[in-house]
Amino acid sequence: MIGFASPLILLALVAVPVLWFLLRAIPPAPIKRRFPGVALMLGLVDEDRQAARTPWWLLALRMLAVTAAILGFAGPILNPQETALTRTPLLVLLDGGWAEAPDWPQRLAKAQSLVEGAGRLGRPVAVAVLADAPQAITFQAADQVQGRISGLTPRPWLPQFMPWVAALPEGEFDTAWVSDGLSHEGRPVLAVALQGRGALTVLTGTAPVVALLPATTESGKLKVAALRHPVGEGPQTLIARGPDPSGQDRDLARETLNFAGGKAEALLDLPPELRNRVTRLVIEGAGSAGAVALAGDSFKRRKIALVSDAAEGEGLQLLAPLHYLRQALAPSADLIEGAVADVVPAKPDVIVLADVATLPGAEAEALKAWVEKGGLLLRFAGPRMAAADMGDDPLMPVRLRAGGLTSGGAMSWGAPKGLADFPDSSPFRGLALPTEMTVKTQVLAEPDPDLPDRTLAALDDGTPLVTRKTLGLGQVVLFHVTANAEWSDLALTGLFVQMLERLAVSASGGAAPGSLIGLTWTPKRLMDGFGTLRDAGGLAGVPGATLARAVRGGTFAEAPPGLYESETRVVAINAVPEGFIMAEAGWPEGVTRGDLSLPQERALKGPLLALALALMAVDILATLQVSGRLARAAVLLLALALPHDARADDERAIAATQGVVLAHVLTGDATVDDTAQAGLQGLSDELMYRTAVEPLAPMGVDIETDELAFFPFLYWPVTADAPVPSAEAFAKLNRYLRTGGMILFDTRDAEYGPNSPEAEALRRIASGLDIPPLEPIPEDHVLTRTFYLLQTFPGRFSEATLWVEAAPPDAALAEGMPFRNLNDGVTPVVIGANDYASAWAVDGDGLPLLPVGRGMAGEEQREYAYRFGINLIMHVLTGNYKSDQVHVPALLERLGE
Amino acid sequence: MSLQDLRARAEALGHALPPLLAEAERLAQAVVWGEHGRRRAGRGDDFWQYRAAHAGDEYRSIDWRHSARSDGAYVREKEWQSAQRVTLWVDPGASMSFAGQGRAPKSDRARLLALALAVLLLRGGEQVGLAGAERPRAGKGQMLRLIERLSLDLSDADYGAPLPGSFSAQGRAVFLSDFLGDLAPLQAALSEASAQGVRGLLVQVLDPAEEDFPFSGRTVFTSMGGSLTHETQSAGDLRDRYLARLAERKARLADLARAAGWQFLSHHTGDAAQSALLWAYRGLEGR
Repeated sequence: MIGFASPLILLALVAVPVLWFLLRAIPPAPIKRRFPGVALMLGLVDEDRQAARTPWWLLALRMLAVTAAILGFAGPILNPQETALTRTPLLVLLDGGWAEAPDWPQRLAKAQSLVEGAGRLGRPVAVAVLADAPQAITFQAADQVQGRISGLTPRPWLPQFMPWVAALPEGEFDTAWVSDGLSHEGRPVLAVALQGRGALTVLTGTAPVVALLPATTESGKLKVAALRHPVGEGPQTLIARGPDPSGQDRDLARETLNFAGGKAEALLDLPPELRNRVTRLVIEGAGSAGAVALAGDSFKRRKIALVSDAAEGEGLQLLAPLHYLRQALAPSADLIEGAVADVVPAKPDVIVLADVATLPGAEAEALKAWVEKGGLLLRFAGPRMAAADMGDDPLMPVRLRAGGLTSGGAMSWGAPKGLADFPDSSPFRGLALPTEMTVKTQVLAEPDPDLPDRTLAALDDGTPLVTRKTLGLGQVVLFHVTANAEWSDLALTGLFVQMLERLAVSASGGAAPGSLIGLTWTPKRLMDGFGTLRDAGGLAGVPGATLARAVRGGTFAEAPPGLYESETRVVAINAVPEGFIMAEAGWPEGVTRGDLSLPQERALKGPLLALALALMAVDILATLQVSGRLARAAVLLLALALPHDARADDERAIAATQGVVLAHVLTGDATVDDTAQAGLQGLSDELMYRTAVEPLAPMGVDIETDELAFFPFLYWPVTADAPVPSAEAFAKLNRYLRTGGMILFDTRDAEYGPNSPEAEALRRIASGLDIPPLEPIPEDHVLTRTFYLLQTFPGRFSEATLWVEAAPPDAALAEGMPFRNLNDGVTPVVIGANDYASAWAVDGDGLPLLPVGRGMAGEEQREYAYRFGINLIMHVLTGNYKSDQVHVPALLERLGE
Repeated sequence: MSLQDLRARAEALGHALPPLLAEAERLAQAVVWGEHGRRRAGRGDDFWQYRAAHAGDEYRSIDWRHSARSDGAYVREKEWQSAQRVTLWVDPGASMSFAGQGRAPKSDRARLLALALAVLLLRGGEQVGLAGAERPRAGKGQMLRLIERLSLDLSDADYGAPLPGSFSAQGRAVFLSDFLGDLAPLQAALSEASAQGVRGLLVQVLDPAEEDFPFSGRTVFTSMGGSLTHETQSAGDLRDRYLARLAERKARLADLARAAGWQFLSHHTGDAAQSALLWAYRGLEGR
């Protein structure tokens, strides 16, 4: 089925038959003339033969092209979407929870196509995401809604339906509900409410929704459970991700989840080092917040060192100071036991000192340093501590009064004390107080102004039970009772474990709701609907009770999943709560079901217009063919396409290789180029007169296009606006310099000094060239004696320094010679500023073209300029021959022997 | 044919005659009249030359007055004068009815030239006739007959050709035509004419349009009678080749004329008739 976006354009098809006649009339009807001279014309054949009538196939081609263009502009759509012609408003609902994240683009596309379809029918549309807080639904024109759809993202929580029931707009409307197909609370209610307003179509996807339940630790292993709906077939991969030793986030472990009946469980047995780095568990390819289980602290297996003075094995096991600690910590921590000196180097997270009174100085220092670097020192009181004079120990949070306090015993007046409510600042706040717990004996703190601040828990009568002080980055916590049941019942209660947890000594799997309440949690990193963690930025803290609700019943807008921080603890709030169940949603009777597959709606405009263009292109060829001009056009195109005749290049190459040809680089400035040409001509003439070098007429070269290899010497007058050569030209120049060519750069600006625009231009050019280190020409440079003995190198100017390749630093003075032993020193570049070409330049009669200096002195300067030129060319052509003459005495001597 | 119609045609004819004649007369006036000498010795009134008398000359033929100036005897020769029989042929073919933009048909110019020539010749005492229609006669009456004949409508045939056997032997002939048709009849007529000792002139009357060929575009060319057609897609492209053919035709005509001892002139209706008349008159006067 084909629909049209703008069907009115199809009316233009009426014009196609008219076109038939128009096209047929081409070529135009002949003019009839009476003309006696016709007798002379008999037998003359038209040179440009045109068909008297357009061939039918060409006509058909053109009509086809026009038809295709008209159809194309009418915007044909294959399988357009609208089914019923109705003007009822359409409400497009998206569940918008994380369960929809895996196929979110498909869902958006579906929503988009629904809106587009409604737009074609002129139906007002509204789009709402049910995971968001309910808001007023207003029906708008489709094109206003369309832009918004692509910006929608799934929420990392599940939709809440009940609030929306009240938010539905008045009046009749149809609903298309793009749903995750899972049963959520209130879905049937909303569905029935929607049915009351009009037709309800439910569109569900086929992609399975996978939920990863919060991971728990079980005897050192990570226990993971996953749910899948629909049940489906095949395993999925669980990935444990976290930073590698270099801090890069990467896959730390993989495990296969074999689903059976929609459930799968896996145990991840990881070495503690690896497991401590796991920050989250992810189901590969799921791409939703539900398929991510964040770790927080919960996977972390802390290293806890237990230190006790009491010799093991002497007493009963249950009386051992460390027994209860061991029991409480063993499931979630790696325990080390030993003396302080032994455990500190193991870098434990926590060191527990059970009834250790005083430490030797070295150990105390080591322990203090460890605490200051962030360690948590947990101390328990005991008979030894009570007996010892602790004094002002820096490793104690408070000063202790010598001797303990016993209450409720046979010798005491009072009854055993219970616990008082935790102060607001205490990390224990929110923990339930066990009623039956009593403290019989404890150590007492000296009254101190800091004491209330340092008290984390106190007894009914206000005596501190747990005190804490920070030391450097770490902290020292003292339980004023023993770690066993000797002094109090504390170690026997669940509270003890919770207190240890809150002190981040231990961590049970996951964030237990109870451990959250009462604290304010700052979001650190939050997860979006696709399961990606992002920095939370400066979001306000969330009350523990809210988080606890999220932990119990799944996340919601106020408590999005992510990592939350309170003091030193980090809890992970996962999108999927413990005990989450996925079930097929139940829909009321009369609901139309559909899937996300888009109708194969294809806009044919593009292909049709392309077809029209292609036909027109064919028409051009065909027209050329019919008029017999195809061959000519082809030849013309070929001629244009073919590269230019290489013969000119060959002729140039032959001319350049007939003999020695001096060359200058064409700058584009006609005056400079002419001067350079005349200068090289003058130099060539002088070489011819005075030396065995007989150069041919100099040539100008374009460094971009011409071959340089033919020329032993390039004179390069640098102009201020000289363009920087292209990369290819640089490559060519460098090749030229490497293979023995020489370039004389002449900035012709000796009067302006070294910072003239020309010098700038030279720097630009030279930056791309492979130029060795340069130095002002030394007195003993071979250039000073290749033909003439020279010490000045004037051109039209004589002030500027001439720069040549620097001599090797280890050049030594040759024996018996006034110059150094410089072999193989053919400088690839010579840089001067004396405007040499102008001094050398001659006109057609061989007379100097430009004045140099004044009077006879000027003529002498010109002579020296020529001498320099001759020396230079000699240097180019003979290289270091003159330098090699250093060896002549040695060679003669050797020959004599 | 109704009387009305007949009358209208008669009137038209009557109207056509005097202007044509008047114009021919006016044209002829412009030609300075001289004795119609033959430019050789013969019977006549005009002095031709003195020559030395030789045996066989009659005494009375010696010009004594001249001879008395010297020792020898001279005979005074007179220029030969005789009445010429001139046959005119004006192409009656339909092609002569062609007229370029804003110009008179070629036939008008041809008739004008023929009549003007006739006026001149008759006035000079020559006998003028029309090929195939009027035998050469002298006198004013002949003028009217010529006009009558020339005023006839052109034939339906596209291109006319002179009929054989229509010349007076040893006479003169003037052919006025566009010579665009088949040249074979003309060639036959010329060879017959030269066999009879007839000399003459070929005057090709062309419209400037035929020289310039100012056409372009897709065109169907039809001859004036409609017997020939030629269609072209681009008349402009044909121009050069048409002009080449026209030049070739002229060269051919000139060749034919030279071979038969005739003279050839190409005359355009856009030019003044005077020059052509002068040329024709000189051409008839000469030799």
